[in-house]
Amino acid sequence: MDRSVMAAMLRDMLLARAFEEQAAQEYAQGNVAGFLHLYPGEEAVAVGVLHAAEPGDYVVSTYREHVHAIVRGVPPRQVMAEIFGKKDGISGGMGGSMHLFDRERRFLGGYAIVGETFPIAVGAAYAVAYRKLPEAVICFFGDGAVNQGTFHESLNMAALWKLPVLFVCENNHYQIGTEIHRHSAMVEVHKRACAYGIPAEKVDGMDVLTVHGAARRALERVRAGDGPQFLECETYRYRGHSMADPGSYRPAVEVNAFVANDPIAAAIHHAEPHYPSAEELQCVGPDCVHRFTEHCCAEGHLDPAAVEQLRQEVGAIVQDAAAFARQSPAPEMVDVQAAFLRNRRFETLMEDPQ
Amino acid sequence: MTELLYWQALNRAMDAEMAADETVFTLGEDVGLYGGTYRVTEGLMAKYGEWRVRDTPISENSFTGLGIGAALTGLRPVVEIMTVNFALLAMDALVNMAAKIPFMSGGQFPMPLVIRMPGGVARQLGAQHSQRLEHMLMNVPGLRMVVPATPQDAYWQLRQAIRSDDPIIVLEHELLYFSKGPMDESAVAPAMHQAMVRRRGSALTCIAYSRMASLALEAADTLAQEGIAMEVIDLRSLSPIDWQTCQQSVEKTHRLLIVEEDCRFAGAGAEMAATLQERCFYLLDAPIQRVAGMDIPTPFNGAMEAASIPRSADIIAAARALTAAA
Repeated sequence: MDRSVMAAMLRDMLLARAFEEQAAQEYAQGNVAGFLHLYPGEEAVAVGVLHAAEPGDYVVSTYREHVHAIVRGVPPRQVMAEIFGKKDGISGGMGGSMHLFDRERRFLGGYAIVGETFPIAVGAAYAVAYRKLPEAVICFFGDGAVNQGTFHESLNMAALWKLPVLFVCENNHYQIGTEIHRHSAMVEVHKRACAYGIPAEKVDGMDVLTVHGAARRALERVRAGDGPQFLECETYRYRGHSMADPGSYRPAVEVNAFVANDPIAAAIHHAEPHYPSAEELQCVGPDCVHRFTEHCCAEGHLDPAAVEQLRQEVGAIVQDAAAFARQSPAPEMVDVQAAFLRNRRFETLMEDPQ
Repeated sequence: MTELLYWQALNRAMDAEMAADETVFTLGEDVGLYGGTYRVTEGLMAKYGEWRVRDTPISENSFTGLGIGAALTGLRPVVEIMTVNFALLAMDALVNMAAKIPFMSGGQFPMPLVIRMPGGVARQLGAQHSQRLEHMLMNVPGLRMVVPATPQDAYWQLRQAIRSDDPIIVLEHELLYFSKGPMDESAVAPAMHQAMVRRRGSALTCIAYSRMASLALEAADTLAQEGIAMEVIDLRSLSPIDWQTCQQSVEKTHRLLIVEEDCRFAGAGAEMAATLQERCFYLLDAPIQRVAGMDIPTPFNGAMEAASIPRSADIIAAARALTAAA
């Protein structure tokens, strides 16, 4: 793989981890309210898949979508400001953490009702096919979403009309607090796609290179007109479901096994047999940098100076994003009304009274 | 001026908009080859092809959601839900998605989506197929809803809905599809949510919508013979409601009767009564009265079914009582 692609993916993974840990700190300090669903542990999926996408592709995501938005190019400042509920947020403070939207970057939203990403993605893909364009739609969802009716309804329509969608399951083994063996009769999620004749593959979602390769091949098939494709990425979230969830239902041995498989370490050196401490997981910390530098040297993809530069760069970006979010003004009720009424600005609903 | 059936007027509106704008397409169960359960999409598939007239599987939540995804990416979908009863399966798409996305995105995304569906009590379709759910949809900020009562309004309001960038529900009525009325395709349409005074009167104001508007006009004929001049307002829209037209009428008549097919308890009429008493309390000579559907699931038996929703005689009796009050 091209060294610059490698560096870009590593940068985005470091940025993703640093961003989410910063968001957690802001939450702990009371700067962020509401639900906050964080992505650490799953970075290889968003980064691997979205680095295989083209700028013209559409992305539909869930409520755990900060990283998808950032990797897609939404400025971290605007993502953080939205998480803070501020006026400069990407959704003007009207959406919040779970509802990031960016029309310019074709980011069709974070959806907070499990299973909603399927019909949205299929609809966007219908519009692409309708206009006979070479674009693809990438639909993210978790293992819990596949038991919703919309999963089956939408996969059926996507396959029936050969719509250009890549379905990406982020299988982190838990629907909130219920482990997959307790919520699904069929735990091999990718096999469900067979019911609709959709080609499906399961990959190691902790390995960004594997994810990237599989996504690239799947998107090539989508663009070639082969219809929908399905990718199951087996991954793990290090944190609880949201900041309100300590994740105490998960055995420590299970968490540690996946932490050993840290995708950020794997991005540079596959299956690093190392159990990082909590501090090390916050990859803006010095120990992590040391670790990454070692790996980079070993593999020869990047030199220690380049990794250090990346670390500094993402750290500065995240600090800047947090400072920006803190200083951004809160929206006023006039902004709320403007957002609500924006689409009817050219319409007369009723005549003025005589 | 020609006379057309309500379904034919809708069909012409669809045809006109599809011809004018190639981003307009329709989808739903049996809209294509079959031509639509109530013939509204008849002939359109042959003319525009299957990508623009799409027969869907029976998956209301997802094909409505598909319309939303397509609306987000530049198309103007007209989703037909076979009846309002099935829209209950699409409530997530309607309430959580269509109504929320434009707002939650900070106004970035328009939602040029139309949902067409018939509601109301028809003839002995049983409790599951005889619902009036407008009150549910009225309570969802972000959705707009029109309720055309005539072929002319059906034509105008569907065309306006398709051109709007907001999600609009066009709530039709199963018993209106085969009703006939004058239609002039070249006439200038009133604003989409404007209420219309269908009959002038001075003794009391009756506000109604959809099928109940024609029932109120029928009752007004009888009442006129008794010397009771009932003004009849066809609301045409349930969200938003043209309060100004209603208020102007009450300023003249000082008595208000609300007629709705919806169930009485927390029905559409409850909102009308609440808002109009706030606006008109000191103008009123008597308490606002409602003639509404009974608060029961619709009985199958024909006579019981008819008795469970307002009939002309019920409107007449209520108008007499209201005008007799001191």
